[in-house]
Amino acid sequence: MTRLLVEQKVLNENQRIAAELRERFRQNNVFCLNLVSSPGSGKTSLLERTLAAFPDSTHVAVLTGDIQTENDARRLARFGFPVRQITTGGTCHLDARMVEKHLADWSLADLDMLLIENVGNLVCPSSYDLGEHAKVVLLSVTEGEDKPLKYPSIFVKSELMVLNKLDLLPYVPFSVEQARENARRVHPGIEIIEISCITGEGLDRWLGWLRSNRTRNFAMSSA
Amino acid sequence: MHELSIAAAILDRVAAEAARHAGARFTKVGIRVGELSGVDPEALSFGFEALKTESPWERLALEIEYCCRKQCCRHCQHTFTSSNNYETQCPKCGAGNTILVAGEELDIAFIETEDE
Repeated sequence: MTRLLVEQKVLNENQRIAAELRERFRQNNVFCLNLVSSPGSGKTSLLERTLAAFPDSTHVAVLTGDIQTENDARRLARFGFPVRQITTGGTCHLDARMVEKHLADWSLADLDMLLIENVGNLVCPSSYDLGEHAKVVLLSVTEGEDKPLKYPSIFVKSELMVLNKLDLLPYVPFSVEQARENARRVHPGIEIIEISCITGEGLDRWLGWLRSNRTRNFAMSSA
Repeated sequence: MHELSIAAAILDRVAAEAARHAGARFTKVGIRVGELSGVDPEALSFGFEALKTESPWERLALEIEYCCRKQCCRHCQHTFTSSNNYETQCPKCGAGNTILVAGEELDIAFIETEDE
């Protein structure tokens, strides 16, 4: 018996494309985020609120992933920014090749920000680098505060946890304090912002996070 | 459930290695799966078994080394396993500022071949 040492990432090909994307984003000063959550936590609602708050002069584009339908792209196109749906046809996550393919004819030089809405799933998207600067995980108060403990991988890999649907707190047994503690237990450095896409509570903090992280990223890439 | 695509990526890699080692008979492929990789070892084995059937790799065995999450303390440099209870606080000095150093693996470590 002979043993050949391979020592490669299983998702080598995805890593390669993600690294190329990251380099293209860096060269063109595009700040890219990968939004991940369970189905129904409010990724699309958060993006609607975000796009609505941006001035028309903002150079932002959105890629939105789902297994089927163009519903999210239709919802998001109303704000006048470029939006493209990635329909995976059964695949439970986005990968770097899908992002590369759907960027297609968009000129990155004309963009400042690319927001990627992943397929609703807390498991598989955590394995795939899309070339983003940061992953953002959404959790909503109807899901239970132990999600970070049950699905630690995505909470470990996300820089920010957005806790959505604060407006429903009076109606559900959910401890915000416990959710925060669980998230910090699996990822001590994770940032946390609490919001409601219905009432608008906390959205200023989210928009502030976007602004400061975009600025920080620009400063780093031009350093 | 994306373990089937992970299994397919492993077999692609095996095929690429086979092309580089013409004539070698592969018997086993060794994978490292981290606790935080988002991949379930059992589902991966199941997907691998399903895909290799009726392929040139029908007799190829899959060996999975499961890698637990490890944290390293930024204060005292102590490295510790934080599996099961998700504890990220340093058990030695009590500092909360610890960083992830293992547990995200999803690697092909080796391929074993049968000697002629």
